[in-house]
Amino acid sequence: MSAPTAVTGEAGQEEPLTRFEALIAQGGTIEPRDWMPDGYRRMLIRQIAQHAHSEIIGMQPEGAWLTRAPSLHRKSVLIAKVQDEAGHGLYLYSAAETLGVDRADLLDALHLGRQRASATFNHPALTWADTGAIAWLTDGAAVINQAPLCRTSYGPYARAMRRVCQEEAFHVRQGYDLMRALCEGTPEQKAMAQDAVDRWWLPAVALMFGPPDTEAGGADARTAALGAAVSRRAMAWGIKRHTNDELRQRFVDQCVPQAERLGLTLPDPAIRWNEERGHYDFTPIDWDTYRTALGDDTHWARRRIDHRRTAHEDGAWVREAATAYAAREEAGASADASGPAVPRQAQEERA
Amino acid sequence: MTTTSDERVDRAADHRPEPASPGATPGVGAPGRPARAPHAPADTGLATYLLRLGDDALVLGQRLCQWITRAPMIEEDLALSNIALDLIGHARTLLTLAGRLDGTGRTEDDLAFTRHERDFTNTLLTELPNGDFAVTVARQLAYTHYASLHYEALAGCPDRELAAFGARAVKEVAFHRLHADRWVRRLGGGTAESARRMQRGLERVWPYTAELFDEDDLVRRLAAAGTVPSPAPLRPVWEQRVTEVVTGAGLTVPVPSWRARGGRSGLHTEEFTDLIGELQSVRRQFPGGTW
Ligand SMILES: [Fe+2]
Ligand SMILES: [Fe+2]
Repeated sequence: MSAPTAVTGEAGQEEPLTRFEALIAQGGTIEPRDWMPDGYRRMLIRQIAQHAHSEIIGMQPEGAWLTRAPSLHRKSVLIAKVQDEAGHGLYLYSAAETLGVDRADLLDALHLGRQRASATFNHPALTWADTGAIAWLTDGAAVINQAPLCRTSYGPYARAMRRVCQEEAFHVRQGYDLMRALCEGTPEQKAMAQDAVDRWWLPAVALMFGPPDTEAGGADARTAALGAAVSRRAMAWGIKRHTNDELRQRFVDQCVPQAERLGLTLPDPAIRWNEERGHYDFTPIDWDTYRTALGDDTHWARRRIDHRRTAHEDGAWVREAATAYAAREEAGASADASGPAVPRQAQEERA
Repeated sequence: MTTTSDERVDRAADHRPEPASPGATPGVGAPGRPARAPHAPADTGLATYLLRLGDDALVLGQRLCQWITRAPMIEEDLALSNIALDLIGHARTLLTLAGRLDGTGRTEDDLAFTRHERDFTNTLLTELPNGDFAVTVARQLAYTHYASLHYEALAGCPDRELAAFGARAVKEVAFHRLHADRWVRRLGGGTAESARRMQRGLERVWPYTAELFDEDDLVRRLAAAGTVPSPAPLRPVWEQRVTEVVTGAGLTVPVPSWRARGGRSGLHTEEFTDLIGELQSVRRQFPGGTW
């Protein structure tokens, strides 16, 4: 339609929209009670929910090794890590709830396939070394991805991310340390470490950063344009601060020297230092590679969701009991207001 | 498979029959620093006793690890992993002390990963399969009330390191006990289904609680010497406390017609083989590995 209609149609919102855009332009923070465009709210809900889902789905591959950790020290470290991820899930669901959605509904959306977790975790953790590769590579990617989110425009999300990022950095160091121990061990241990890196490199480099969105990464113009459209909007709103490919490059630049120090080979023959660019070159993540890595609708994608859904369904009677009990307590005005069943904050103790 | 830890420590005892001097090697209990301590005189009796407590914590911690990613809500993934982490921490201190005191110089990891099923001396209660959430809560109720009484008493024992451990552990277990108490109340007072399941959980677990307070010759000897607390007198207090929680939740304390026993002498449940097999699998696959 013509311009006048658009203006009158949005007349009621014109002023708040201007104020919103000004605030974003100044690098200000949007709080739950502030006016925000529907698209901004929707994009945030989708992104925060996906992030929260990824935290709890991401507990599974490593969680599978809790009972098999090969030393009590490593077992403690892994328990603490998986516990942190559960905590991250909680902070992020809480941040999403400030946007007017319910955790229960978000979980239903995950279980029913309406929302997704990062496809990175739709891969199996086949050996103990996978727990190290996951922490080193995927948490390492997460740190790079998430550090800018500590300054994202939506206040509750930014605050949640500040807590998350501190812990993620810790996970990366522990993952690297686990890999180092394997690389300094027997030839069989080192082979296990290399095998894990061979399998987790692509999920980390391709999937943790999202689809290609620039030509700088080496993608062709059409591919770049597709991804760029999405990134541009998120960046205009201050939700994102960098393109996917920028962050991906930062990740590769960080990992290559670390892998060299470990004596491990990253499974990409194109990796080499580019003096001119001042960065490492690597095989571009084109859409085909991205799609392959997604592993959508694979056996493992299904298993992750099935595992979640089973836990959720098995626990339904417990949640119903807790709700019924809380309601009765409230009605009975009992002195002992029942708090959450968490004995302490996850952050308190660390291995 | 057939060498029991008792035989091993008895052999060690031939060399050093004297009791350990308290606090001879400070700082060795720190987890993550496997002790090759200057060899204190071996006290195999105390070592065997500590191994029992350490095995309880290790095995229960292992069971709780099996809940993580499967809990009824994320808060419980968090809570159960928190408790598991504390239990593994207790196990590390206790196994480290045991390995040092028995004169073999075995580390926490030697004890956790190289012994056979029959060498473990945890109570059967701690190895019971998780069952549904109510069975786990019932097991937690029984164990946490026992452990807090026991660790509190341990805090007053003459060995300084052991006393320090008791003082630290009792604080942690207090949170675990609160968690169990709260869930018994919630499930007992929640829905008809949750009350039925909670009662069934208690029935399932109760025959296994008596073993926590068993006294054999070893415990009697150590208790008589004032080295460790005697568990039997703790039982009435335990009874009273758990009864308060259970009846307060509208449930009934079971009166089992039978009682299980055997864990302390290495006679375990059949499921225990899987638990230990899983615990040790990676370590056994890579002989000579460093972790
Ligand atoms: Fe996380
Ligand atoms: Fe993490």
